[in-house]
Amino acid sequence: MLTQEKQAPELLEEKKTISGGEALIRGLLKEGVDTIFGYPGGAIMPIYDSLYDYCDQINHVLVRHEQGGIHAGQGYARASGKVGVVFATSGPGATNLITGLADAMIDSTPLVCITGQVFAHLLGTDAFQEADVISISAPVTKWNYQVTDASEIPEALAKAFYLAKSGRPGPVLLDITKNAQLQQFTCGEHTPCYHVRSYRPKPIIRKEYILEAAALINQAKKPFVLWGQGVILGAAEQELKQFIEKSGIPAAWTIMGAGAIPSDHPLNVGMLGMHGNYGPNVLTNDCDVLIAVGMRFDDRVTGRLDKYAKQAKVIHLDIDPSEIDKNVKATVPVWGDCKETLPLLTALVEAKSHPEWLQKFRDYAAEEVKQVIQDELFPTSGEMTMGEVMQQLNELTNGDAIIVSDVGQNQMVACRYAKLNHTRSNITSGGLGTMGFALPAAIGAKFGAPDRTVVAFAGDGGIQMTIQELGTIMQSGVDVKIIIVNNQFLGMVRQWQQLFHERRYSFVDITSPDYIKVAEGYGIAGKKISERENLKSALQEMLAHEGSYLLEVMVTKENNVFPMVPQGCSVSEIRLK
Amino acid sequence: MQNQNHIDRQEFNITVYTEHHVGLLNRIATIFSRRKMNIESLNTSPSEIEGIHRFNIVINETEDVIRKLTRQIEKQVEVLKVYYHTNEDVIWQEMALYKVPTDVIAEKALVERLLRENGARAVVIRKDYTVFETTGHREETDNLIKVLQPYGLIEFVRSARIAIIKGSEGFNRKLREFERAEPGSESVENEYLNSREKIFSM
Repeated sequence: MLTQEKQAPELLEEKKTISGGEALIRGLLKEGVDTIFGYPGGAIMPIYDSLYDYCDQINHVLVRHEQGGIHAGQGYARASGKVGVVFATSGPGATNLITGLADAMIDSTPLVCITGQVFAHLLGTDAFQEADVISISAPVTKWNYQVTDASEIPEALAKAFYLAKSGRPGPVLLDITKNAQLQQFTCGEHTPCYHVRSYRPKPIIRKEYILEAAALINQAKKPFVLWGQGVILGAAEQELKQFIEKSGIPAAWTIMGAGAIPSDHPLNVGMLGMHGNYGPNVLTNDCDVLIAVGMRFDDRVTGRLDKYAKQAKVIHLDIDPSEIDKNVKATVPVWGDCKETLPLLTALVEAKSHPEWLQKFRDYAAEEVKQVIQDELFPTSGEMTMGEVMQQLNELTNGDAIIVSDVGQNQMVACRYAKLNHTRSNITSGGLGTMGFALPAAIGAKFGAPDRTVVAFAGDGGIQMTIQELGTIMQSGVDVKIIIVNNQFLGMVRQWQQLFHERRYSFVDITSPDYIKVAEGYGIAGKKISERENLKSALQEMLAHEGSYLLEVMVTKENNVFPMVPQGCSVSEIRLK
Repeated sequence: MQNQNHIDRQEFNITVYTEHHVGLLNRIATIFSRRKMNIESLNTSPSEIEGIHRFNIVINETEDVIRKLTRQIEKQVEVLKVYYHTNEDVIWQEMALYKVPTDVIAEKALVERLLRENGARAVVIRKDYTVFETTGHREETDNLIKVLQPYGLIEFVRSARIAIIKGSEGFNRKLREFERAEPGSESVENEYLNSREKIFSM
């Protein structure tokens, strides 16, 4: 202190210290963060106090529940390709993030979550709002770290962003004790992180494997490409397109990969999985070379594993070595970022077309249209279907909207039928299947892609799980179109009860509030329709409306989503009815 | 994973080189516990390199499962490298301590012969009790329990297994690769490619 007094004033100015909280906000700005979804509370107050000084540079969206906050962060990340940032306080604030963390973990969504924590000296004392967030969140984060000293903040934050977005992305959590937020320290320039000693974001690409894969593809008579979200995460949409166009290989997608290649691309043969399209499922067990790009052979995609593509040679392109051979044994593992590996393959594969093979997909597609799709999308009598709502929406948006679906029947209908012209247009909770995802994720998606139309497509079950986020819409003024397809049931569970539990409808009969009144209470315009003749005009009104709008569509109660691969069955045992 | 043929199961020694990071033990432990698998033995210690930590984990499983598990462990950000080996590929030891009443053991047993035959030594000899120590494989440390039981074994404790990899050249070269920001020519070598069934590497 004595020596400081003797220093010249300008020197004192240079050595000015800042709080840990302020260092965090400055670091976020340096990392290019423009939006934070959060909810304040006792243990994160110093960070919010610092945020107050930076309100003009960073947009904080006050959510109504931390789960809504993290789903919004996910929607933001999925729509924009940037890292979603979420703030929550200690204890209950942090534990409310867990569902979203698990969702982001399994769907590889880059997030940086900042949680407040009690003072370091109180750790382990069952202090007020203390929870062991590091332990609780460990299995559902790519990385987490507890900061107990302000001087750790710049480096920990830089590392958090690097780990969240590099390699196979994922959620990262920083738990910052209150004393570290308050502590004054000399903060240097923010240095972004590019290397962590123990971490290899990408495996090394091996030329041998590329050659082997190309040779297999060139010999193939019935090659089949499956792509997943890895293509979108790796921004390899063009690379995939060039690959399939040159090789002439039909390609199908997992719901997480939807939209990477436009829906109407001639080689896009549709959706994989339990409720995917007929051809892609059946022909998985007919192809001779299966080329999986950035997908992880989830059980909802493979059905019964010991009867999955046994006849095929499998080429698996993935950035995550632990995915190779995890579920399906790869004949040739092509490790690496598909943005780098796909062009290498494209260069080596022969320009070809497989008209007869492609025709098989077309034949199955025609059969599916006849038996399933026609009635689902273009019914002429009876109550409305979810499919025709999506179909009408497609016609009005021309496939340019971002569709954020919830979970269940509505999700399967949205993923099956949404027309997607652009990548990053299908946002859904794929791996975890989190009901209540759509509304908050749509809010985040709009912040992440403000120039695009964002439509939340939810059922009457899921919407009620996070309906409080209408408050976030109200306060932030964000423009989100909400469609509730109301079948007065927890439809997917009811479908299973009908098909596999002798119609014993155990607790799937769910009542709804008057959504239009609820929306009105939040200052959100809305309309409820139950007649087919009003559907188009109602959708038009919704899309033309300035600001958010809630449209409730009463749909037929006991409709089932088909085709369906029943659990425990092979993909080729897919049922059309 | 658990339902696989028991016959294919055997003991595997998993060696994990890690950063010394709070919470990493938890992350590694949950890789086993989420699959409802028991860890037979777990030891954490320093390694040949300062600042690098080494886990020795013993698991009774099929190689297929072990391979997947080691990949999941290696995926953890703070884990540098994971190897797995059968018992034949490692030199391993466990240490055990035995507490017995001094009067009984001195009176009834020929202490010296007992120690010699079991490769044990006395660590502490007091009026009231004596503590023996032995190091070896499971059968050897188990055997001394049986021997000492009749003399009123008061306490027994055995350490986790520690294992040295017979074919390993240590971790120094590997670490230098990790310290490079970009993979260099040295790390182009890919063990997975060379012997895919045996080892894997990022």
